[in-house]
Amino acid sequence: MKKWLVVLLALTMVMSMALTGCGGGDAEGGAEGDTIKIGVNYELSGAVATYGQSSVDGVTLAIEEINAAGGILGKQVEMVTIDNKSDAAEVVSVATRLMTEEGVCAVIGPATSGNFKAELPIALENGIPVISGSATANDVTSGNTKEYAFRICFSDNFQGVAMANYASKNLGAAKVAIVQDKSSDYAEGLATSFSATFEELGGEIVAREAYTTGDTDFNAILTSLAGKEFDAIWLPGYYQEVGLIIKQARALGIECPILGADGFDSPVLAELAGADALHDVYYSNHYSSLNEDETVTAFIEAYKAKHGVEPDAFNALGYDAAKLICDAIERAGAADPEAIKDALAATSEFKAVTGTLSIDENHDAQKALVVIKIDNGVAVSAENAAL
Amino acid sequence: MSQFLQQIVNGLSLGSIYALLALGYTMVYGIIKLINFAHADIYMLGAYIGFACITMFGLGFFPAMIISMVLCAIIGIVMERIAYKPLRNSPRITLLITAIGVSFFMEYIMVYFVGANVRAFPDVIPKTQYHLGSVVINLQQIVILFTTIALMLLLQFIVHKTKIGKAMRAVSADRDAAELMGINVNRTISTTFAIGSALAGAGGVMVGMFYNSINPLMGMMPGLKCFVAAVFGGIGVIPGAMIGGFGIGFIETMVSGYGSSMYKDAVVFAILILVLIFKPAGLLGKNTREKV
Repeated sequence: MKKWLVVLLALTMVMSMALTGCGGGDAEGGAEGDTIKIGVNYELSGAVATYGQSSVDGVTLAIEEINAAGGILGKQVEMVTIDNKSDAAEVVSVATRLMTEEGVCAVIGPATSGNFKAELPIALENGIPVISGSATANDVTSGNTKEYAFRICFSDNFQGVAMANYASKNLGAAKVAIVQDKSSDYAEGLATSFSATFEELGGEIVAREAYTTGDTDFNAILTSLAGKEFDAIWLPGYYQEVGLIIKQARALGIECPILGADGFDSPVLAELAGADALHDVYYSNHYSSLNEDETVTAFIEAYKAKHGVEPDAFNALGYDAAKLICDAIERAGAADPEAIKDALAATSEFKAVTGTLSIDENHDAQKALVVIKIDNGVAVSAENAAL
Repeated sequence: MSQFLQQIVNGLSLGSIYALLALGYTMVYGIIKLINFAHADIYMLGAYIGFACITMFGLGFFPAMIISMVLCAIIGIVMERIAYKPLRNSPRITLLITAIGVSFFMEYIMVYFVGANVRAFPDVIPKTQYHLGSVVINLQQIVILFTTIALMLLLQFIVHKTKIGKAMRAVSADRDAAELMGINVNRTISTTFAIGSALAGAGGVMVGMFYNSINPLMGMMPGLKCFVAAVFGGIGVIPGAMIGGFGIGFIETMVSGYGSSMYKDAVVFAILILVLIFKPAGLLGKNTREKV
């Protein structure tokens, strides 16, 4: 399987080199024509299609707004959207096609960390900047392929650290129990960064329980937790299991605050847990529709006018990624990939829907996260939490 | 002590669902020596049928469960007729691979029609809690336990006291001899699939209600565990599947409660390996020499 993948990747790379040779003319044509082409490489079908579709809705809204306001550098922006089918091999061929055939000056997407990482070698090869709204894995921008890679979201580590601070300082918790999904890197990273920070702050981790993605029965671990003393539960994982855990914990009489990260962000969470069980739940997120900042309310209104529903975090992140790229092109003064890359790297205090952000030397976004509190099944408050 | 009692309640409710599913595996294996991997997907279909009855037609829990059992029985018969009957005289490995194919087919046809997203099952039975001393038990757990026991008693009655049950036992013991005695083997096998699938359908509705979450791939892990439960108790032996199901449920609960939840599944499968080393035919299984 691995070998087969390596061969496939190698073949794609060879193809991409061959195509760069003959497609160079096209690329310049795109940059110097009457439109500015931006590639959109997202998961529109397959396992994580909801993330991709939501992001593209956000990107589309941003580009429409920019075009309606006269475009950038006097030119209209043209989106070249191709579906990567939630598949890393497909991501590579889509990226290659966008960068060599379509002649785009920058690419937005993919949404997930694994797929975004697959795109990075192609970006480096062709010298085209790529930006993701939602690739939060810690190692996305730490490799040697990061030169053209940018992201506008925080990393998983950052969420763990911020929530440990929140538990200790805002909620005054001294003892915490951890219940984590042991089968995902995401939850593992969150559990590690949380416990390290929490212990540094003088807190104590009294229990560490684990489950696997797809589990539905958590009564056994929750019953053994119920016999211990703690002030809060740190629950890194995705909403499918988290919803059930919260429901079963409340049914067993565990009433303490429950904390989590952006994996909680889904309307299905409230359906799974039930409104009665969903109280004193806090989670970190990229954005909250409760925020009353002008940028945010304008975005929410525009999105509602177009789609009729409240935007979620992926919509907001896609929107921000597109806005930031266009801002960088404007600052670069030309649709030249090198200049755009330098402009992106120099981003500072960019006012986005998901918070004011600056790009640091690792090409990560420096920004505040939002801690959302849920009571009776609905989000009741959102506050910015810095470190 | 109260925590221990609570864990017993948890183990019972988990175990009764495993037992219901394990019964289907063991019945089909007993009669045509096939490990029907698609069984767990019938359980998934049962959950979706129950979901449709409750949300679209506004039925209560028991009507929904009965409709789901009837439809699952029909699906079970159709599955056997289309996929397994033409292969009845093929090597066993062909049947096994077909069963895996049928399983994937059902999973992804459901992904196609209803999407891969998790759906929340409506609360049809209120979660009224009863406090017995310090042990919390809710109405849903009681319903699950008693429904399971009732279904098992019904099954025992069918297998041991009715004509079709006698036919099932005869086909299981020796298919050719049963046929010579005038037993309609095809109908008997269909009935076995129907009963096993109906039990899986009931299990699906109960799991959907109890855990409040269904998705097209929900059968995968429970399917494997219940297969383990059937082997643990002695595959082909009906009381073995019940003991195996409750046993695995208890072991899992106790390992999570008193050992470490990190190793829950590892311990379950390690126990399976140990049982098979010392009792290769399972707890209640008899060692029979393979006919040559």
